[in-house]
Amino acid sequence: MVMVKIRVEQLNLQYSDGKESLRDINLDILANTITIIFGPAGGGKSSLLRVFNRLNDLADVKVISGKVFLDDMNILDPKIDVIALRRKVGMVFARPVVLPMSIRSNLTYGLELAGEKRELELDEAIESSLKQAALWEEVKDRLTEPAVSLSGGQQQRLCLARSLALKPEVILLDEPTSGLDPISTGKVEATLQELKKTYTIVLVPHSVQQAARIADYAAFFLQGELIEKGVGKELFINPKDKRTEDYIMGRFG
Amino acid sequence: MNTTKKWNEFILTWLIKISGYSAIIFVAMIFYFLLREGLPTIGEASISNLFSRRWYPIEDYFGLLPLIGGSLIVTIGAALFAVPIGLCTAIFISEVSPRWARDLLKPLVEVLGGIPSVVLGFLGILILAPYLRRLLELPTGLTALTGSILLGGIAIPTIVSVAEDALDSVPRSYRDAALALGATEWQTIWRVTLPAARNGVLTAIMLGVGRAIGETMTVMMVTGNAAVLPIKINSIFFPVRTMTATIAAEMGEVAKNSTHYHVLFFIGLLLFIISLGINIAASTAMFQQRKRAERILS
Amino acid sequence: MEIIKAIKEIYKNPNSSYSRIIRQKLGFGFLIITALITVVPIFAVVIFILLKGLPAISWTFLTAFPTDGVKQGGILPAIIGTFYLTIGTAIFSVPLGIGAAIYLSEYAPDNRWTRVIRIAIINLAGIPSVVYGLFGLGMFVLFLKFGTSILAGSLTLSIMTLPVIISTAEEALHAVPQSFRVISISVGATRWQTIRRIVLPQSLPGIMTGVILGLERAAGETAPILFTAASFFLPRLPNTPLDPTMALPYHLFVISTQVPGMPVKIQYGTALVLIIFVLGMNLIATTIRSRARAHRQW
Repeated sequence: MVMVKIRVEQLNLQYSDGKESLRDINLDILANTITIIFGPAGGGKSSLLRVFNRLNDLADVKVISGKVFLDDMNILDPKIDVIALRRKVGMVFARPVVLPMSIRSNLTYGLELAGEKRELELDEAIESSLKQAALWEEVKDRLTEPAVSLSGGQQQRLCLARSLALKPEVILLDEPTSGLDPISTGKVEATLQELKKTYTIVLVPHSVQQAARIADYAAFFLQGELIEKGVGKELFINPKDKRTEDYIMGRFG
Repeated sequence: MNTTKKWNEFILTWLIKISGYSAIIFVAMIFYFLLREGLPTIGEASISNLFSRRWYPIEDYFGLLPLIGGSLIVTIGAALFAVPIGLCTAIFISEVSPRWARDLLKPLVEVLGGIPSVVLGFLGILILAPYLRRLLELPTGLTALTGSILLGGIAIPTIVSVAEDALDSVPRSYRDAALALGATEWQTIWRVTLPAARNGVLTAIMLGVGRAIGETMTVMMVTGNAAVLPIKINSIFFPVRTMTATIAAEMGEVAKNSTHYHVLFFIGLLLFIISLGINIAASTAMFQQRKRAERILS
Repeated sequence: MEIIKAIKEIYKNPNSSYSRIIRQKLGFGFLIITALITVVPIFAVVIFILLKGLPAISWTFLTAFPTDGVKQGGILPAIIGTFYLTIGTAIFSVPLGIGAAIYLSEYAPDNRWTRVIRIAIINLAGIPSVVYGLFGLGMFVLFLKFGTSILAGSLTLSIMTLPVIISTAEEALHAVPQSFRVISISVGATRWQTIRRIVLPQSLPGIMTGVILGLERAAGETAPILFTAASFFLPRLPNTPLDPTMALPYHLFVISTQVPGMPVKIQYGTALVLIIFVLGMNLIATTIRSRARAHRQW
């Protein structure tokens, strides 16, 4: 029986400068799956992701209404512990941005903020997250080197490991492979297939082909509205809405 | 543990907020004090006195005109000297000079800006003034001209830094477009880049002039300190006295709360308002420059 | 001959390529000259003071008190006094300035109040130094009854130094990439934790450069300490912050203008010490800035 990890109910979001709003979104994200949010630019995909870890608090939001449940907790409630939420819901961004510290410190940063000081626990978290991100073998002897010395693909996997170190429940990825070469992209996609056994993954792809490759479920967003959603392969082979079909076929975008 | 952290963060955030607003508090305090000690002048010295041509406090002559005139002539002289040289230097550094020259010149100009005004005044007394006296056959070398030259030297680093920044931030595409149309680099500088940086350059000039007006020690040491209204053309070759030098020179000897005391504060108030005006004008120009650039580039 | 040919050509065909290039070369030559006019005096000043002042420098000069009035002996109390005043200024202006910069860069919303703060800072930057002296006199010496003291002088100098520290610190904070902050927040940090663990450490070199440059200015200023801290001759070193003190810039001013029969050598020596103090700080600041740029991990 597949559980619903995130349930979005009647979500409405508007920024003060009128950009990228979301209108009446209703969506279920199932646990331990890869859910793809795709569509042309300006569709609201990044905004949706940023609702899930309340990162939109940093932006100038004029109106936000509706409910978003993580398990059975409404994360839009102003009373919840946002810090704890962000540890449960990790995010990987489009450009790999590593903090200006050593590889090791990049990984322990979040843990130390959470109050974890014990060396043993930190070491264990570092090793386990790097292994899950398929980076351990490449960096295990270089942990004290600056993180900027890694290649682009390695840096992105380090960002993934950084989120994993906090043992989250959900991982959000916003066009995570847009700056990477095909080989690194392939490595990241393979890693995600492994990771979905333990985590729930929500991803904005940087191409329709990537979406078709890895989606368990997919949702098509156009200008802030959820047009169509469905089971991965089917949505791409047999889209029901003409707009979805046009986008997949490359007639616009 | 969590609540202690939250409490700490709360206090820290408040301290930071107060620091942020402190600038406003200080400006208000300074204005208030100048008003408090300066406004009584209006009651104690008549308007005709203040507007007269004699500044001779010992005998209750508080004519401000010679002092204002002194500041004016020295500042204008400094501007005539510093603006062309400063601007051209800025253009040179930003548009013409090769990389290695830039890396040498910029820190050097910064060093010039760091030389204390007292030192320049000192050299003015010992070297520049006697030299000018011999060269121009004047009765004394401590003149408005001497002050203008030294003040110009003080204003140049400010003008160069700000103008160079403004010229630097003109987008490359402007220059490239002009060159592509067949203009020489020289023509590009004067017809394209400089006009585009117009506001920033104006700001530089205003800030430089502001520094010149506000300078105290250098003028006190080399302008001769004679409170004479400089109205003739050749007045620049004679001693004058600026508003700033007056305050510095006489404040040590006044009785507290005497009219003289109040008038000195009144002069300070005038200086405050003048610099306020210049700075608001300068920052408006800077603000407009940025907005224009944003509009054009978007 | 070449020159005559060139001038003829320009006359006949002012817009031919040849003319334009010649005009450009002349123009560039002119700019180079102005740049030299700006820069050569700097060298001249420093080298001149070095040559004339070095003979006066000796261990005694730096560590002894003045004797025979001030015409012989050393300038130790002035050196110590400037040192105390600089530290005093740092104590007040550095925390306040960095706090204000953090507020403006990390917390301040984009509204009218923030603009007022910025205008206030620009204003503080433009107020003439002698007006600061007046304010210091009215507020710290008289109203708060600190008397002519290191405390009053430091407080006055601090407010004067504040705008420099705030603007350079803010620039340094801004230079830290926004993406660092976003990432820090996304792994569960609060705003202050982000500032303390990432933004501040990364911007520290830039902030320090600004602080040192600001303090360098404070060390060289005379007018603000004229009525608030400085005393011409004290037989002993100051004991408490409420004592008045001697100071290098003030000392130079007095010995070059008000002491008849003052040996020129000692005047140059004092100027040299002051310049070394000030330029030394400049050098430290520049070194910090360039080393930080080389080691940056972004």
